[in-house]
Formats: sequence, C-alpha cells, structure tokens
Amino acid sequence: MEKLLQLLESDCSLTTKQLAAMIGTSEAMVQESIKAYEEQNVILGYKAVVDWDRVKREGVTALIEVKVEPQQGDGFDRVAERIYQYEEVESCYLMSGDFDMTVIISGKSLREVALFVSQKLSAIDEVKATATHFILKKYKENHLIFQKPEKQKEEFIFV
Amino acid sequence: MMDYDSLLNRRIKAVPPSGIRKFFDLLEEMPDALSLGIGEPDFVTPWHIRNAGIYSLEKGYTKYTPNKGLGELRRQISKYLSRRFELSYDPLKQIIVTVGGSEGLDLAMRCILEPDDEVIVPTPSFVCYGPLASMSMGKPVYVETKVENEFRLTPEELRAAITPKTKALVLPYPCNPTGGIMEKKDLEAIAEVLRDTNILVISDEIYCELTYGGEGHVSIASIPGMYERTLLVNGFSKAYSMTGWRMGYLCGPEALISEIVKLHQYGIMSAPTVSQYAAIEAMKNGDDDIRKMQEEYDGRRRFLLQGFREMGLECFEPKGAFYMFPCIKSTGMTSEEFCTEFLKAEQVAVIPGSAFGPGGEGFVRCCYAASMRDLAEALKRMKRFIESLKTEE
Repeated sequence: MEKLLQLLESDCSLTTKQLAAMIGTSEAMVQESIKAYEEQNVILGYKAVVDWDRVKREGVTALIEVKVEPQQGDGFDRVAERIYQYEEVESCYLMSGDFDMTVIISGKSLREVALFVSQKLSAIDEVKATATHFILKKYKENHLIFQKPEKQKEEFIFV
Repeated sequence: MMDYDSLLNRRIKAVPPSGIRKFFDLLEEMPDALSLGIGEPDFVTPWHIRNAGIYSLEKGYTKYTPNKGLGELRRQISKYLSRRFELSYDPLKQIIVTVGGSEGLDLAMRCILEPDDEVIVPTPSFVCYGPLASMSMGKPVYVETKVENEFRLTPEELRAAITPKTKALVLPYPCNPTGGIMEKKDLEAIAEVLRDTNILVISDEIYCELTYGGEGHVSIASIPGMYERTLLVNGFSKAYSMTGWRMGYLCGPEALISEIVKLHQYGIMSAPTVSQYAAIEAMKNGDDDIRKMQEEYDGRRRFLLQGFREMGLECFEPKGAFYMFPCIKSTGMTSEEFCTEFLKAEQVAVIPGSAFGPGGEGFVRCCYAASMRDLAEALKRMKRFIESLKTEE
C-alpha cells in the first residue's frame, strides 16, 4: 500500500472512496490501511499548507543552526527532545556538516524569536552556539509553490 | 472580382470542417465550463526540459537545424526506440524530426498517395486521418471498430476493407478517443493479413507511453515482417506534456524517409530549434517524468471508470491514452445532443463520439488529463444530469 501513502502525501484531501478507486481496491481496505498507518505512526498527521502572507497575518519564521555538545550515552536524541518539546519549534533535524541541528521556529515577531533563542534555546546546557537566519520569503514548501503559476490562456483547439 | 470558388482546390474544399463546430461555438461562450474536452495533458512540461529550451536560447542556438533535425536528437530518438520498444532505426537515414506527430502523419500520406488511392482508417479515431488522406488526393476507407472487441481492429475487419487500391493502413493505437490498445497478439494477427501485400502501415504511436496494466505498448514495427512496411509516427506531446513545443518524429525504411525528407525540406525546412534542444533533454532524462505522469493518469482513469459505472453508464475500460469513452445510448440521446444538453445544464464539456467517425455515435469522449478535483466535480455533475434525465421520463 505504498501507493496509498504516496497519494495521501501529495493530497490528503482525497476521499477514501477516491483513493480506493485510484488504487484499485475497496474503500474498506483503504480505511483499514489508513487506520493501521495512523496507529503505527506511519502517518503522523494531516495539515493544510497555508500562505499566511495572503491573509496579512504578521509573523516570522527563522531557521536556526545549532551546535550541540552531545551527552554521554544519549547522543543527540536527548538534546533534541529538550528542544523540540517547545511549542514554537516547527521542525527539528539532526544534520551532517558544520553544525549539528537545524531548528525551525515561527513567532509573532523578531523579538519573540530572539527571546526564544536567547532564553530557551541557548539556555540548554548542551547547546554551544546558535546562528539564526530569518526567512524573508517563502517560495515553495512541501512541493507547493506559494505564488500561483500563471496559466496559459486556454483557447480551444480540437485534438 | 476574384472568383475564389474556381480558384480553390476542389479536394480541399470538399473536406468538411470539424463536424462538431456547433458544439465548439457553444463551448466558446462558456469560458468557465469545466472541460474534459481538450485532448491535452494538464501537466506543464517538466522544468528540466523547459530549462533546456531556455538554455539553448541563452546560448544563442537560434539558427536552422539540419532538415532531418539535430543529429544528437535523432541519435537520442534512436536510442529511446531501441530501449523502449526493441526497434532499430539508423539516426542518419531512417529518422526525421517533424513539427509534431501531425506533420509526420501528413508527410506519410503525401509521400505515398496518388488520386483515389485508398487509406484504411479504423474508427472511432483521431479526427485528422481521413481529412489528411483526402487532402493528399487519397480516399479514406473507414473501418468501424467495436466496443465488444475493445475497439481493436480485427484481422477480419481489415481483410474486408482491403481492395486493389489500398495503399495504407492507419493504425492509431493506443487510441484517441476510445482508449483501446492493440496487444502483441492483436498486432500479429494484423501482420498476418498484411505480410504478403504492398500495403504500408502508418502507425500513430503518440500515446505509446500511456498504457495501463498489461505488458506496455508494443510497436507493430517490432512484429516480424512489419518493420519494412511500417512508418512509425511518434512525438513528445503526450509522453512529456510538450504539446505546444510541436515536436514529433517519423521513422521508417530508408527508401521512404529519403523521399519524405523532400516534402519536409521544401515545406518546413526544419523543426523549431529551441524545441529540438528541449526534446534532447526529454529523451535523455525524461523517463522518470513519463513514469510519474503515467501513474497519475492511471489513478484518475480508475477513479473516473468507477464513477461512470456507478452511475449506470456502460464503459469499456480504456487501457491506453487518457480518454474514457462511456456509452450514453441508455439516455436515448445522440452523442451530440447529450454533450450539448450536458454542457448547457451543468457546464461540463465532453466531446460527442460522433466527431471521431463511424462507430463513435452513442459514446462521448471524456479526457481525464485533469485534476482529481475537477474530475470529481465533473462526475458529480454528470450523475446529477443523468438522474435528471431519468426523472423527465
């Protein structure tokens, strides 16, 4: 049922009936598979990708590079846990390369993000250094392009 | 005062304009109608292919190419046909790059037809074959394929249509509008009829990358004894979503291609250069794009098929192209009436099967190269329309 996951990942608004028809299986089978995926945490959730700029909601998103001193025994996992539990953290990844973790956070203002970094993130013992990069403009997220592409004007041709 | 009537070529004038002009006039007045009408992929050309076109412009590659097309493109076409369909064509002598598959069809007809030569055209099929034959001074002989044969051309039907004047058979599979395909065994049966004749097959394989289930497309040119009697017409429009680039190609025996080149060289010179550079990229790195789009179409195909069947429309399961061809005879309407009324009542455009020649009456063509959202909406409206017909009764 990898096909089911692919379809849901690209558009989770497809109905179970549509999914069943597209895959060539029964609706009951699709419902059962989705339930199993949810229980096994294969499917973590369903979300809309929102372009907040269009509704003029003020907000900032920052990508923070974090250097971490890993703990004995727990490696990075324990530190990551201490970071990602914060509500403000949108995404948190362990990285290869010059720094150890990428933390993406959203806040209402620059100040809010700055406060998070200085008071919460940097306060964690194992965090050795941070570099905060503010996102200026979003072009594409999860394969979705923010600017709706201009469509070629449709004129009729008979083919 | 000019007398255009006596000026015009009678053969050209005799070719009727598209039979559903009326329907299209109506459609043009409804720009917001949901369209399953146009037979064109809804995907934009993959970016790396578009980018190759842009890059060629940046580099200033804006001159003519050789008449037959860029050498590199012909080599790539040759490689592609070999890896996908086990066909071997010499890029120097057996391949010509054309302005879309349509030019290939036109060239094929014009290079062989003399007045009143007959061309067998299985129908329902794409609208251009008959008119192209007529405008090349030939005469189309339509052979109606049947839904009970899954719209395949049978050897019996073919045999019955052959006369001493038959010069060519158009083989339009995978088929627009029926979605029918010809499997290897079907092609072998056709080959059996043709092997001892001097009839040329003009095989329009533009939808070759869009087949669903089964073994995938087989080219008649790969059937023993058919290579030397086949002109293969293909192109980039459907497989790579490149309709507007107008890129096609024609492959066949050197003795034919060398003559065809004359038609192309004097009439066209060479296909657009920018499109040829994009096409090279498509052939080199586009296999994955084809696979993704094919999978996407397959999902929509299954969805639409189930929807039609649920609303009680008989529908043959199409195995190729991107069309559904449900039978609407149960409504008691002609296909043109059905499409006109459906468009008026629900603002959804589908095409009357009658436009595609004998055998098309009683069916409508629905193109599923549209988003799932549009397809779901179109199904909903069609269901409502069909139910409204029942209550009227």
